Amino acid sequence: MKIALLGNPNTGKSSVFNMLTGLRQHVGNFPGVTVDKKFGNITIGGEDHSIIDFPGTYSIYPRSKDEQVVYDVLSNPNHIDFPDLAIVVADASNLERNLFLFTQIYDLNIPTILVLNMSDLALKNGKKIDLEKLAEHFPGTKIIETTARIGIGKDRLLKEMQFNVTIEEKHTFLTNHKLCELDDQIGQEQEANDRFALIRKVIASVEEQVEKSSNFQTNKLDKILVHPIFGYLIFASILMIIFQFIFSFAAIPMDFIDGSFSDFSSWLSQTLPVGLFSDLISQGIVPGIGGVVIFIPQIALLFFFISILEETGYLARVVFIMDRLMRPIGLNGKSVVPLLSSAACAIPGVMATRTISDWKERTITILVAPLMSCSARIPVYTLLIALVIPNEKVLGILNLQGLVLFGLYSLGLVAALLIAALLKLLIRSKEKGFLLLELPSYKSPRWGNVGITVLEKVRVFVLDAGKIILAISIVLWAMATFGPSDRMEQAATKARETAHELNLSEEESDSFVSSAKLENSYIGILGKGIEPVIQPLGYDWKIGISLITSFAAREVFVGSLATIYAVQGDNDNNKRLIDRMRDQKRSDGTPVYTLASGASLMIFYVFAMQCMATLAVVKRETKSWKWPLIQIAFMGVLAYLGSWITFTLLS
Amino acid sequence: MNKTLAHIKSGQQVIVQGITDSTLKPKLMEMGLVNGKAITVLFKAPFGDPIAIDVQGYILSLRLDEAKLILVDTIHSSEEYT
Repeated sequence: MKIALLGNPNTGKSSVFNMLTGLRQHVGNFPGVTVDKKFGNITIGGEDHSIIDFPGTYSIYPRSKDEQVVYDVLSNPNHIDFPDLAIVVADASNLERNLFLFTQIYDLNIPTILVLNMSDLALKNGKKIDLEKLAEHFPGTKIIETTARIGIGKDRLLKEMQFNVTIEEKHTFLTNHKLCELDDQIGQEQEANDRFALIRKVIASVEEQVEKSSNFQTNKLDKILVHPIFGYLIFASILMIIFQFIFSFAAIPMDFIDGSFSDFSSWLSQTLPVGLFSDLISQGIVPGIGGVVIFIPQIALLFFFISILEETGYLARVVFIMDRLMRPIGLNGKSVVPLLSSAACAIPGVMATRTISDWKERTITILVAPLMSCSARIPVYTLLIALVIPNEKVLGILNLQGLVLFGLYSLGLVAALLIAALLKLLIRSKEKGFLLLELPSYKSPRWGNVGITVLEKVRVFVLDAGKIILAISIVLWAMATFGPSDRMEQAATKARETAHELNLSEEESDSFVSSAKLENSYIGILGKGIEPVIQPLGYDWKIGISLITSFAAREVFVGSLATIYAVQGDNDNNKRLIDRMRDQKRSDGTPVYTLASGASLMIFYVFAMQCMATLAVVKRETKSWKWPLIQIAFMGVLAYLGSWITFTLLS
Repeated sequence: MNKTLAHIKSGQQVIVQGITDSTLKPKLMEMGLVNGKAITVLFKAPFGDPIAIDVQGYILSLRLDEAKLILVDTIHSSEEYT
């Protein structure tokens, strides 16, 4: 049996879904549309049923792309996902608006169960609902009260699902009702009027006003949380706390993952028989998987906090106070969290744009999110700053190096906002952006939902983006491992001889050889090939190689340089690497790394889309290669021009 | 009375009289803003936009652009729907 789970947003629909399916949930695609399909399996009386959690909507008629799928499926009995049973979740404390969608589905003559969720809340608000009377208005429908957030009502619901599969006689709520066509706006408006008129009559007969047991605090809290001063202060403090947590706690598992994977791959390369296949595993696949796994702590932590904010109802208030500020640049109050998340890592940031219903505002948010300086840029920034910026005090108290770092972060933020404003003018959209957002009442978070959200986000990232990251890692490995004919071997032999003549230690000679091999691999040739292009920016082919390899992830830049300059075992704040880099001379004897070329590189890393993982996630979220390609192009142009201007001005 | 919701002060209760024809009209109606509905402006965001209204049962926030579409009557009627 196919079961559809439907309902308004904020009714606890996902709690009902989680209650029914637990961890037996999956994410897939609806055929032909770019909307995620959340579905799960459920066994009742030995029979397996699949249950689809449809996007929350207020009406069967779609007002956004995500909602379209509800109409598509329910209006077409031949649709592969057309349900045998619809479970409509309604917020009991807000029956009028919730019954609107329910009666629409009821009138489609699909067997329906109405779940009145949060009836405890309704009672607190002074509303008592007579279930029997309500049921009289909807023959054939079973009505069940649940408090899904604490798991109450599951057994009754399961029991009803077992029996409620046939519909005896056709009965509709609106007489002579026909589903309107999508473009029949007048018909839909008429239907809204008719339905609400009837629903009011029903409610007058089933709802009884009782004494409010608590005047819920939503209003009092809102006085503070949307206050013109305290509202922003509180939001800023919450953000600070979240970032502190992400930076201090994610680092622990990330270091562990980093260490374990590099230990594992060096163990593999020592254990496995020498050969290409072993190399592929120990240097291509294992580090590739490591490059996926390393992001999990940040993604998990960030979504842990975001889903708490969402569960409590606070996130809607953030949108409320930020919307006016973001609008002039083509963004939305809902863009704030994705952009700020991107300051930790653009991957969860892009994934968090899901809540923005307006297509244009969401696309702009996704496109500019990677301009926010993420944590992977920190190793690159710190290396370059230590290299070319003197450790001096400015104005007596400020550290110049710290100031430059702050400047790079600010530059990313300003660029993101300016580009958003530009994209607002460039991207055409038929839909006019609007904000009609329910501010749900404040609740304590449901930890089960938080946990499931975190798991789902991590799973989507690992499965979808992970494939692309792994594939690109293997390509990069192959390019660094192979070269034309036996060019690499010859170079290696020559390097070994030179190393021998120079009386280098075994370790030094090894790194000398790998440096020579890399130079003659395809990636080295490519690095040399792009030298004419990057010369105006102040870079040589060695930097070119590092730019290419760091496309895997920005921080790879540091490791690549270490390989190229044959620096091994450098744990002391890159001191040896920095010394080696300072010694590098161009053919005319001038140093490679000057203030001009160093600053130019920093600017390059502020702007360039040097992250295949983000690219993969953007592809996943926009469901096409068009946007990630546009993104990589405009960020590349920005990086190139920015670096060129910087280099020209400073040299 | 040609007032729109965008002109209403915080704390004031009004009755929905209709919605200007626009693509948002059916959406606003489906959100419960149908003729005769009593709504209260609860509070406004800093800079006065968006605003939050009580639609009897839930709080809806909307931009002033959307509020301008909603025609309201400030007269308190004894027949107002509760």
